[in-house]
Amino acid sequence: MKTEQHWLVAQFRQGFNAENRSRATRDLRDGFGHIELWAVLGLHDIRQRYRRSKIGPFWITLSMGIFIGALGLVYGKLFGRALDAYLTYLAAGFLVWSFMSTTILDGARVFLRSGGMIKQLTAPLSVYVLRMVWENLIIFFHNIWIFVGLAIWFGIGFSWVTLLAVPGLLLLLVNGLWVGLLLGLLSARFRDIPLMLQSSMQLIFFLTPIIWEPGMLPGRPLLLSGNPFYHFLELVRAPLLGQLPSLENLLVALAVTLIGWAVSFVFFVVYRWRIPYWV
Amino acid sequence: MAFIELSAVTVLFPIYDAARGSLKSTLFGSRAGSGTGGTVVAERGGRAVTGIRALDQIDLRLEHGDRLALIGHNGAGKSTLLRVLAGIYEPGTGSVQIDGKPVPMFNITLGMDMDSTGYENIVLRGLYLGLTRREIDAKVEEIADFSGLGSFLGLPMRTYSTGMRMRLAFSVCTSIRPDILLVDEGLGTGDAAFIQKAQARITRFSEEASILVLAAHNPSLLRQLCNKALMLEHGRITKTGTVDEVLDHYHGR
Repeated sequence: MKTEQHWLVAQFRQGFNAENRSRATRDLRDGFGHIELWAVLGLHDIRQRYRRSKIGPFWITLSMGIFIGALGLVYGKLFGRALDAYLTYLAAGFLVWSFMSTTILDGARVFLRSGGMIKQLTAPLSVYVLRMVWENLIIFFHNIWIFVGLAIWFGIGFSWVTLLAVPGLLLLLVNGLWVGLLLGLLSARFRDIPLMLQSSMQLIFFLTPIIWEPGMLPGRPLLLSGNPFYHFLELVRAPLLGQLPSLENLLVALAVTLIGWAVSFVFFVVYRWRIPYWV
Repeated sequence: MAFIELSAVTVLFPIYDAARGSLKSTLFGSRAGSGTGGTVVAERGGRAVTGIRALDQIDLRLEHGDRLALIGHNGAGKSTLLRVLAGIYEPGTGSVQIDGKPVPMFNITLGMDMDSTGYENIVLRGLYLGLTRREIDAKVEEIADFSGLGSFLGLPMRTYSTGMRMRLAFSVCTSIRPDILLVDEGLGTGDAAFIQKAQARITRFSEEASILVLAAHNPSLLRQLCNKALMLEHGRITKTGTVDEVLDHYHGR
């Protein structure tokens, strides 16, 4: 076991050299430069999925609407909440959650599913991650109509606070990029990771206050504070519901962003060149 | 002026999922007998990672005007070498210097989509080739014209015959002006009438590239387009020279 560790540390020491760092940085920068490629491909993927269907991508909206409607009626009753407040809470929470969870699950497959392309194109690898985040953003903007519809129906006012959801969403996108880079890279090598994530995300869904509200769980602060998903969720959900996210939410989310990017960058520098061999 | 230099390039493909014991027993000793494939290895710092050495100590220098034919059996390392030249596979050891923009053309229909129209596919294929939207828009008419597909271009590609799909892909791919052109297994074309038209275009297309590297098994194509050749065996360069010399050597075995 000891020699194993040694070997891994050596790989990182050797791999994190100036040459690899500049190549990784160039890959990330050039990835943004290929905006036409990933923007078209992301849009194409979505159109592809709904080609020749009558309402097309609005199936995403519809299925989400049905889900929220059904869940809202049952759990609203169970928890004894007023229907209008509970449905908007659920819609806003589920909207953000589905962005986070699909970004993580798609992120794990980001290089695996593009194996054919990676081996035939000279495009930077970050292109595939950008395409994935972009795709999920498009889906987010289909899902948001459920919330907007409910908010208008129940007369929830829009104010300046609502606009704070925008920087919250931007922070989610920034995090989506490192998640895709890191999980995509690790999953390309260890194929159990995407499968493992699939079952963990289901569990995390129930542990995160999406169906239930933080106030329903008194005396368990760790379950909330220790859950990064909760903090990111609040950064977008709270403004949508007309409240300010807490300072704690913001600080934890920023810390996760920084640490996540730092770790991903190190991994990307050291192992980027191996991805085409792995996929 | 484009140029490429490889020195002592070795590419090792790791194998993670093969059962170790059985792999060793099957593959040791098989190397001498089989005419194909790279070299199978079991090593690396005491860890029993087995892999395939697809390229072994390759030294190669290509300059402006070089049209190189890669000759060798299946699995000799031709496609791997092309991917190294494209910068897709960065070798584990050895150094690669590429000056110029390589355009790999391993599968001319890459990125094309059956449910999209001909015009949409021109855009998709163009983006995959590294063109910008504006560059594609400027070429669309010429591409459409050369493909001879007329009003079919407004229909989804699944309504095309195989030959028509190849025509479209060929027309898009040969509309660009690459620095370094890397082609695997030639460029498929279409029916006899189109092949005639395509011949001239292939010649001009490959002549305009600063460097061409072509892996193919068709001797007449290699003779037509290339001015030098190298032969690969088990990931090593075993012969270099003119196309005829290397082809004779290859067929002489």
